[in-house]
Amino acid sequence: MLIKQAADILPSEITSESSYLNRRQFMGAAGAMAMGSLLSPALGSASDVIEPPPLDYLAANKDSPAGFYTPEVQTPYRDVTGYNNFYEFGTDKTDPEKYASKLVTDPWSVSIEGEVDKPGTYTLEDILKPHDLEERIYRLRCVEAWSMVVPWIGFPLGDLLKRFGVGSKAKYVAFETLYRPNEMRGQRSRFGTIDWPYVEGLRLDEAMHPLTILAVGVYGKTMPKQNGAPIRLIVPWKYGFKSIKSIVKIRLTDRKPATSWNKTAPSEYGFYSNVNPAVSHPRWSQASERRLPNSLFKPNRIETLPFNGYAEQVASLYAGLDLKRNF
Amino acid sequence: MVVANKNSVVKYRRYIKVFVFLLALLPLLQLFLGVLQNSLGPDPAKALSHMSGEWALRFLIITMAITPLRIITRSSEWIHYRRMMGLFVFFYAVLHLLIYCVFLLGLQWQDLWADILERPYITVGFGAWLLLLPLAVTSTKRWQRKLGRQWSRLHKLIYIVSALVLLHIIWQARSDLAEPLVYVLIFSVLMLFRLPIVKRAFNTRSKKTAAVHKH
Repeated sequence: MLIKQAADILPSEITSESSYLNRRQFMGAAGAMAMGSLLSPALGSASDVIEPPPLDYLAANKDSPAGFYTPEVQTPYRDVTGYNNFYEFGTDKTDPEKYASKLVTDPWSVSIEGEVDKPGTYTLEDILKPHDLEERIYRLRCVEAWSMVVPWIGFPLGDLLKRFGVGSKAKYVAFETLYRPNEMRGQRSRFGTIDWPYVEGLRLDEAMHPLTILAVGVYGKTMPKQNGAPIRLIVPWKYGFKSIKSIVKIRLTDRKPATSWNKTAPSEYGFYSNVNPAVSHPRWSQASERRLPNSLFKPNRIETLPFNGYAEQVASLYAGLDLKRNF
Repeated sequence: MVVANKNSVVKYRRYIKVFVFLLALLPLLQLFLGVLQNSLGPDPAKALSHMSGEWALRFLIITMAITPLRIITRSSEWIHYRRMMGLFVFFYAVLHLLIYCVFLLGLQWQDLWADILERPYITVGFGAWLLLLPLAVTSTKRWQRKLGRQWSRLHKLIYIVSALVLLHIIWQARSDLAEPLVYVLIFSVLMLFRLPIVKRAFNTRSKKTAAVHKH
């Protein structure tokens, strides 16, 4: 489907040798990681022993477009990869790092469905091939009132959607995480209230927004499994649970898709889930957040900003919408 | 068995009590080590608050298990440890609240007030903590004598504390109810031993065994 007539190909579309090699390196590295996890029982935790391979990307700098870069202190790599909510591996913050090594991420394919011009199931390599990776330094605000600053590596979701051709009827984008209970122990829990697989969704304009990216790495390295390898969503102005991990399905649709937390507790989690200090979660005030890492006598409590500080870039998407009701 | 060892148990009770006391302080040591070794992760206040809360809960379970143990083993020896266990519930509950106020809220008292009023799980948790106060204060022998029969009625508050603590846990669960359900199950089993019918069953069984032994 991606094959074009020779005459149609512009020189600018031709993959340079260096980025071709980089992609090979990425795929090879992903393979090495998979091998590493096979060996890991003998070596202890894979994340302790095997460093994820580095990626090639365009680094974010102060001159990056608004919102792509924040000068705030970055949360260290060990905290970004050791303190996670990824309930597929357990509900404790340390469970994902402990148990995600079982996840097989190579081979990986993503099914692109619904209102698109070129539906199909694509290998991860096919998905990534034409996209140049870039760094985005974003705030990550969890609905549980803690936050981090993370340097992600990825590319705009909008570029991918455009590539596969957004159909005229498409109004929403639905996402789905891998369902593989024998590798994801959290999916085996008998008393879990989440109906696996985990699903999420965005309005099409939210999905096309330049801040919305598909991330394949963090801190310049291939995405660790506990952070949603090999490919995950990042929507920095929404609570963290909207940024679905380990994606296997992207579907364009004319109907508002169901989202996992909304199905589990509709009064607590809405479809939009934009970061909003004025709307409290029943169990947590959202007025402030604790930036991680903190220490006992420096709780790092800071005020939460509307749209997680990205109001300038995204508030216009919600003009006229009652955000208290559409939380 | 109980009869044979009775004298030695009584004789060594004082030492056993010291041993149990030191054992019950180990979780505190664990908290201190976590702080000193900086091994509590990126959110140490949250970790400390969880750990202290869990230990208060565990000591509450132990305290509530004294009566069942007494019934099952037909030995009143256990009762000598109940006060200490109850006071350790209070000790870890105080620690839990202090950690929450000092490290999580940074002593912002208006935030504490807002949390108590607006967050149901904190409302019930704080309620449980308040109800522990009179129990801790009246735990001495002097208060026991002074209050007479009222004392044991007052100390039935521990059942309300248990119910509030369970709500405190259940309302915090985000999706996986396995852990809260385990605690509900444990408390349910412990409560069964308060039912007259269960007590009678154990009594008649013990009489029967006694009768059999006589033959």
